[in-house]
Amino acid sequence: MSKMVPWLVLISMLLALYGAFVYAPTERVMGPVQRIFYVHVGLAWNAFLAFFVVFLYSLLYLVRGRRRDDMVAACSAEVGLIFTTLVLVTGPLWARPVWNTWWPWGDPRLTTTLVLWLIYLAYMVLRSQMEESEQKYKFAAVLGIVGFLDVPIVWMSIRWWTRTLHPVVIRSGEVRLEPRMFHALLIAVVAFGLLYLYLLQLRLGIEQSKSRIEQFRQQSGLAG
Amino acid sequence: MILVQSVSKYFGYFPALRDITFGLDLGRFLTIFGPNGAGKTTLLKIIASLSKPTSGSVRIDGYDCHTQSQQIRGRLGYISHQSLLYPQLTARENLTFFGRLYDLRPLEARVQAALSGVGLQDWADQPIRTFSHGMKQRLTIARALLPEPSVLVLDEPFTGLDSYASEILRRLLHSLKNERRVLLMTTHHLGEGLDLADRVMILHRGQIRLEEEAYSYSREEFGRLYAELVSETR
Amino acid sequence: MRLLRQAGWIVWKDLLTEYRGKEAFLSTVFFAFLVLIIFNFAFSPGSESTPEVAPGILWVAFTFSGVLSLNRSFLMEKETATLEALLLSPLPRGTLYLGKMAANLLFLLLVEALILPMFAVFFNYNLLPFSATLALVVLLADVGFVAVGTLFAAMAASLKTREILLPILLFPIVVPVLISAVKATGALLERLEFGELIPWLKILAAFDLVFVWVSYWVFEYVVEES
Repeated sequence: MSKMVPWLVLISMLLALYGAFVYAPTERVMGPVQRIFYVHVGLAWNAFLAFFVVFLYSLLYLVRGRRRDDMVAACSAEVGLIFTTLVLVTGPLWARPVWNTWWPWGDPRLTTTLVLWLIYLAYMVLRSQMEESEQKYKFAAVLGIVGFLDVPIVWMSIRWWTRTLHPVVIRSGEVRLEPRMFHALLIAVVAFGLLYLYLLQLRLGIEQSKSRIEQFRQQSGLAG
Repeated sequence: MILVQSVSKYFGYFPALRDITFGLDLGRFLTIFGPNGAGKTTLLKIIASLSKPTSGSVRIDGYDCHTQSQQIRGRLGYISHQSLLYPQLTARENLTFFGRLYDLRPLEARVQAALSGVGLQDWADQPIRTFSHGMKQRLTIARALLPEPSVLVLDEPFTGLDSYASEILRRLLHSLKNERRVLLMTTHHLGEGLDLADRVMILHRGQIRLEEEAYSYSREEFGRLYAELVSETR
Repeated sequence: MRLLRQAGWIVWKDLLTEYRGKEAFLSTVFFAFLVLIIFNFAFSPGSESTPEVAPGILWVAFTFSGVLSLNRSFLMEKETATLEALLLSPLPRGTLYLGKMAANLLFLLLVEALILPMFAVFFNYNLLPFSATLALVVLLADVGFVAVGTLFAAMAASLKTREILLPILLFPIVVPVLISAVKATGALLERLEFGELIPWLKILAAFDLVFVWVSYWVFEYVVEES
């Protein structure tokens, strides 16, 4: 099954490209630039999925204390952070030609994503500053839980904030999607979801090899 | 009484303690010897319920360290070379504060008795940052004894004490041995540890290398045996 | 009831310690005051932009001094190893958290009680007509800030880079608190109707409930040695 994943990623990515560039019609107002939407949203949804996985495995780690649960949380946070970074890059690329601004503060989605990015960057900073120990995994798990529970509250506050900041709210995603656009979006979401799984799998493999090397080292008394 | 049953503790893959088993009845005084990194402090922390073993269990007065750690903490006193006291508070305030955490009654009388017990009644209302090291150590002991623990754990209590303060501590430890209490101490000082204890243990690389009655050995014999056991590489 | 009484002893001990070493409290007040003044120079008060930036400046001062005092609360316990003494006692970890949190909250509220009059003078506001509502906003915001802050301060205290790590961990999480507090304070300063405040108060209350509860439960994993 796991050998299939890279092939599934390749096929679904090609399908997503076809969906975004050929199958989906050109948006009437925004023009061809709107096609970045499929990548942007595909990444964003899967970034949320990745952070949900961090939350879930952080909880599992605190409950049952298995080293592997922490590894899954750490690796998922890394992939989620990369996806979020790409969301924050593709967002301005889309916003500039459409709204004539790189950073539309009036869009609560993008701003919430920025805060999300900061939270998981802090998660990485915390991990990088601690030596391998149960304490590190516990601290990271606590941040993984607190960070994820914060997301809905961040979202609420930023939505209210933008409403008072900009009387005319920019509604980016609430445009009713044409069915073919919707199909293309679904394919993109699935394609990036498979990519997430594949990257997570690769990253976990590296992490497990690292821990096995560490195990041999300590058992043979090489560690100081 | 203490019952330690096949306790192991791993930090990552590093075995800090491997399959430690021993028991200790009321009225006994055990000294644990071992070089740095032997796992002495780790063992004491597990017994004091500050840390949980990776496998195995500790029972104190029948309470289990995994499910009843709160009861264990209530009947255990801990003394290390750090004072574990608040420098800005007075001796009385320190003891009163900790006494409340242990839910002791009648608190005032017990605090007063504890202060007199270590000869600090005249300094009771001085902030302890003005205390000498020896006075602090005595107050630390008073703090640990305040809840009348059935287990008293001492982690390198002689570290940093001058010879006068060591003498006081030695006399105090002698007087603390009684039938209602278990004492457990780690130390580097072979002489002091051997004289006070009635049972000795040598811990090396996380394993028990020796556990015997203390009277079996003279100082010289024990010193030689210790050097021999600890120099073994595996 | 027993929980509240036990937490109360921690508060008593913390505040008494702070009272004996007043320098820390006064330094924190002085620091918050300095932040107000520095921003005063940066934004030139009395100009048209004052009503827009004043609440922000106030909350930046509160947040910065809050981080400083949070960092101290566990650092002192670590230095004297008294944190170990607290963990050795039969006091439940959750109770320890509530006590530490309440002490930090009171400390921060005291600092703010001294800073608010200075803010009123330097930014030329009369805070008296809405002081009760303002107190509610400050209280709700502080509870949330200190709830997460106490949890993270306990984590940061065991790291070498604690001074910088605490704000890195804390600031992104308290974004909703900061936004709500600033907007609510702004609405008060501009004498808007109470209805304008309600969404912000709701967000603050939600944040407080979620994070006091979560921190209470996860605190034991943060302080217990592995």
